[in-house]
Amino acid sequence: MDISIIIFLLGGLFLGWSLGANDAANVFGTAVGTRMVRFKTAAIICSIFVILGAIISGAGTTETLGKLGAINALPGAFAACIAAGISVYLMTKAGLPVSTTQAIVGAIVGWNLYTGSATNIKVLITILGTWVLCPVIAGLIAMGFFKFTKNFILKRKLHILRLDAYTRTALLLAGAFGAYSLGANNIANVMGVFVPISPFTDISISSFFVFSSKEQLFLLGGLAIAVGVFTYSKKVMFTVGNDLLKMSPVAAFIVVISHSIVLFLFASQGISNFLQSINLPSIPLVPVSSSQAVVGAVIGIGLLKGGKEVQWSVAGRITIGWFTLPIIAALISMILLFILSNIFNLTVSF
Amino acid sequence: MFGLNKSSLFSDTKKLEREIDGFVDILSEVGLVFKSIVPTYLNHSANGKFDEMVEKVKEMESKADKITKEVEHTLYEETLIPDARSDVLRLLEHMDELIGMYQGNCYHFSIQKPNFPKEFHQDLIELTETVVNCVEALCITVRSFFRDIKTVRDNAHKVTFYEKESDIKFSSLARRIFDSELPLDQKMHLRYFVEKIDRICDQAEDIADEVQIYAIKRSV
Repeated sequence: MDISIIIFLLGGLFLGWSLGANDAANVFGTAVGTRMVRFKTAAIICSIFVILGAIISGAGTTETLGKLGAINALPGAFAACIAAGISVYLMTKAGLPVSTTQAIVGAIVGWNLYTGSATNIKVLITILGTWVLCPVIAGLIAMGFFKFTKNFILKRKLHILRLDAYTRTALLLAGAFGAYSLGANNIANVMGVFVPISPFTDISISSFFVFSSKEQLFLLGGLAIAVGVFTYSKKVMFTVGNDLLKMSPVAAFIVVISHSIVLFLFASQGISNFLQSINLPSIPLVPVSSSQAVVGAVIGIGLLKGGKEVQWSVAGRITIGWFTLPIIAALISMILLFILSNIFNLTVSF
Repeated sequence: MFGLNKSSLFSDTKKLEREIDGFVDILSEVGLVFKSIVPTYLNHSANGKFDEMVEKVKEMESKADKITKEVEHTLYEETLIPDARSDVLRLLEHMDELIGMYQGNCYHFSIQKPNFPKEFHQDLIELTETVVNCVEALCITVRSFFRDIKTVRDNAHKVTFYEKESDIKFSSLARRIFDSELPLDQKMHLRYFVEKIDRICDQAEDIADEVQIYAIKRSV
């Protein structure tokens, strides 16, 4: 394999690392922050299930991202990934919970604008629409779960210690599900731009099993996410778990499960096909933001408690960040593309 | 798996549940013994039954101490209930102090042998009964904190009720003691005992208030 290919793939791996450090923290942040689950336990479960989700169910959202703009040259994909990674880093530094999803979409649009490729407006509107829907659905699911769980706990009269043991188990299961959904939904952000130009070839292990080039890319991306989880997410997990909102362990579980369900909904080919088969509008398979899902779920619980605990100014700041991030990513992407094509004389599109 | 042994988590939980229940049982039982100790002392202060009962209270107190230490150890070792751990431990410590107060009263009766004239016997027994009822209501409040958080407030209200009743009984008995013809030193001595018994109720009420706050913190 050409050394330049490895260098360009590093762009995707960098983005994968930042996804592991930031977005994965949303999955286990509340569990680790409330000290219900040890960081090591969270990191191992998170890594395994992110990789599984990416390889088994990552194809759907990748296809949608591919439709938005098919980056057809490795240097172009490299620029998009680096732009997304830098913009996520900048927003995280500013203290805003953002996701790689918004950044990569902005970066792809930036590539389209720079290279004069057409942006599929219909797909763009679908993606933007889901970004509004995602926190709303997460909020509604959290409200429903919160009410149900509260009534269940009060009716069952569980001992505080038994409830603690159940909550721990539930947090681990929901976290594993969340990590799987994150891998399935967000691997497109990390490796999606490399799929059309994958440097790998299919590997046939036996006549029954073929490890496709796409799956190899997803495995690589999944590993990068896992490295991000192990190396940098601890700090972010404690920030999400303690600073964002003081939550009880049960509320933490509700946030994790609501977030996981939303990510799974927007990544599941099976559910989408099922809805179509019964003549219902199918769910678009779009990479959604795990931060948006978590913030939506937290606000949902806050609203159910009367809305007094919700810090609306913070919520407003976060929302502004969601709008700003794709624009910043698009601009950085265009600047990087300009540098690559004019200073390094690289072909950024065909 | 992954540093979390599921069967150990659930077995630890069940063991702790039993220990905490056992601790509350001890507080309740010490109260019942104390309820019999006072009339026993007043009727046959010198006989062996009283000493036997004091010894029983002592045994229960050391058993409660052992449980508190074990619960504390397990809660921290297994990092259980991280959000309510400090509240639960503080609660157990304060309840342990309550057992200590019962024991202290028993020792004082045993060592100082206060001479209560017959006319005050009934009032002292009634005060003791109210105090024990108050602690019994606290035991129910604490049990509801662990299992049925919705009823904490109602049960805590009963503690407050008995505490007020105990205050009335204490004031009335203290007044009668000081209105009597007894020498001042004896009056002071008797007042000391009556006040010490009544203080158990004050401590129980403080704990009930604490439990109510913990319950609010625990609400989902």
